[in-house]
Amino acid sequence: MTKAYLSIENVGKTFTRGAATTEVLRGVSLDVARGEYVSIIGHSGCGKSTLLNLIAGLTEVTTGGIFLDNAAVQGPGPERAVVFQNHSLLPWLTAYENVKLAVDKVFSGKKSKGERHDWTMRNLELVHMAHAKDKRPAEISGGMKQRIGIARALAMEPKVLLLDEPFGALDALTRAHLQDQVMQIHATLGNTVIMITHDVDEAVLLSDRIVMMTNGPSARIGEVLGVPLERPRHRLELASDPTTIRCRSAVLKFLYERNRFVEAA
Amino acid sequence: MPSPALKSVPSTAKPAGSTQASVVALPVKPAPRPARLQPLLAHAGERLLPPTLVLALILFIWEIACSSPGASLPPPSQVLTDSWELIAHPFYDNGGIDKGLGWHLLASLQRVAVGYAIAAVVGVALGVLVGQSTWAMRGLDPLFQVLRTVPPLAWLPLSLAAFRDGEPSAIFVIFITSVWPVIINTAVGIRNIPADYVNVAKVLRLNGLEYFAKIMIPAAAPYIFTGLRIGVGLSWLAIVAAEMLIGGVGIGFFIWDAWNSSLISDIIVALVYVGLTGFVLDRMVAGVASLVTRGTANS
Repeated sequence: MTKAYLSIENVGKTFTRGAATTEVLRGVSLDVARGEYVSIIGHSGCGKSTLLNLIAGLTEVTTGGIFLDNAAVQGPGPERAVVFQNHSLLPWLTAYENVKLAVDKVFSGKKSKGERHDWTMRNLELVHMAHAKDKRPAEISGGMKQRIGIARALAMEPKVLLLDEPFGALDALTRAHLQDQVMQIHATLGNTVIMITHDVDEAVLLSDRIVMMTNGPSARIGEVLGVPLERPRHRLELASDPTTIRCRSAVLKFLYERNRFVEAA
Repeated sequence: MPSPALKSVPSTAKPAGSTQASVVALPVKPAPRPARLQPLLAHAGERLLPPTLVLALILFIWEIACSSPGASLPPPSQVLTDSWELIAHPFYDNGGIDKGLGWHLLASLQRVAVGYAIAAVVGVALGVLVGQSTWAMRGLDPLFQVLRTVPPLAWLPLSLAAFRDGEPSAIFVIFITSVWPVIINTAVGIRNIPADYVNVAKVLRLNGLEYFAKIMIPAAAPYIFTGLRIGVGLSWLAIVAAEMLIGGVGIGFFIWDAWNSSLISDIIVALVYVGLTGFVLDRMVAGVASLVTRGTANS
C-alpha cells in the first residue's frame, strides 16, 4: 500500500525530565496529500507546536513514525522548512543574506552562483520584499520580517512548508495582508503546507482541512474538519458565506464547548 | 528674450557663431556658515565645557594645596617645569633605560599586544568549548572561577620561575589577567544563543564549521567583545604593576625608577600618560566592537 505524501502514523511524544515524564501527544495519525493546506488548531499547551517540531525533525518521536514522500523523517532538513513564530532571522545579516544563506546551503553544487542570486531574488520578490533586500531585521517591521522568514523557507523548495503560528505576533491588519500573500503563494506554487494556529478565522480562510487537537496532556486529534470552499478565496466574500460560518462554528464549538481550556477559566 | 543678467555680464556668453546659449552665472547663495556651525559649537561646548571646568578646578585646588613650602607633592606648575623635558620630548633616547616616555609606553604596549592577543585567541577558544559542552563547563568552570580571583602579580614569581626571564613572564601575566573575562563572556554568549538560531541551523543542516562561522561567532560577538573590552583594561592594569618588578624598558619600570630617584613630577607625568593610553585602548576595542557587531542587536 502506498503511503500518503505526508503520513503521520500513530505518533506519541513523551518528555522526560529527571524522574518526571509528561506525555504530550498520544496516538496522533494524519495523512496529508500533496499540495494540501492543513491547519492544526488547539488551545495553548495542547502540543500542537510539539507536533510541528516532530514533523520538522527538531524533536524525535517517542512512538510511531512520520513519513514524507515515502521516506521516514529523521532529523531536521530543508525539505521540511519551518517558518518560526518569531521570524528567527539572523540579525547580523541583511534580508537578502538571510535568504541567501539558505539558498547557498541547499543548492550548493546544484545551482551556479548567478542562479543562486536569481533564486534568492525570486523568493524575495514572491513575498514583495525585494525592495528591502539590504535592510537588516532590526530596520524592518514585524510583518516584513515574517515575510523574509517565509521567503527563506520557500527558497529551500521544501516538500512541506511548516508554519508555526506565523502571524501570531502581528497586528490584525498586517496579519490579514500576510494571510492573503500566503494564499496567493500557495495558489501559485501549490506547496504542501502545515500551519499551527490558534486563530479560528485564519484556519477557515486558509485551510483545506482543519485538524483540531484535544487538550493536553496526552493530546490527540479530536476532529478533522474539511473546508469545502472554492479557491481563490476572498476574505470579504467569505465573511457572510454559509459554509464559512458553518466551519467557524464547528471549530468554535469544538474549542469552547467540548474542549474548554480548563486552566484558563 | 534675453535676461537682464545676460546683458550685464556679456563675458559669460559663448563666442558668436555658435548657438546663442550662454552660461549664466547663478548668484551663489551665501553659505549660512555661522548658522550651521552654531549647533555644532553648542554641542561641542556642552560636551567639552564640563570636563574642562572640572579639570581646571582640580588643578587649581591641587596648586593651592601643594604650594605651601612643606608640601610633600609638587603642584602642577612645578610638575610642568620639573618634567618639561619629558613632556616635550617623548621620543629621546640616551641609550639603556634613559629613554623618552614614548619609548617606555611603546615597550609596554608591545607586551600588552602580545599577551592580550594570546589571551583573546585562547579565551575565545576556551569560551567556545565551555559554552558548547556541558561536560567541559562542569569540569573547567570551577577551576576558572577560582583561578580568575588570583591577583595578577601573584602569578609573577611563578612565571619568573618557569620562564627564567622577565619578558615572557610579563607577557604571561598579561595573558593570565585578561584571559578570564574573555573565556567567561564568550561562554555565556554561546550558551545564550537563541534556540531559534540553532533551529535555523538544524533545518539548513549547517555543518560544524558553518555553524561556528555563520551562527555561533556572530551571535556571541556582543558578549565576546564585552569580554575583550574588560580584558584589555585588566591587561593594562597588570602591565604597569608587572613592569615595576621585572625592570627594563616599560612605563611601569619608569614609574618605579622615578620613585627611586625621587622624581615625583616624572611619576605624575607618567601617570597621566598611563591613564590616557588605557583610555585609548578601551576606546579602540569598543570601536572595533561597535564596528563588528553593528548588526547583532537583536530586535
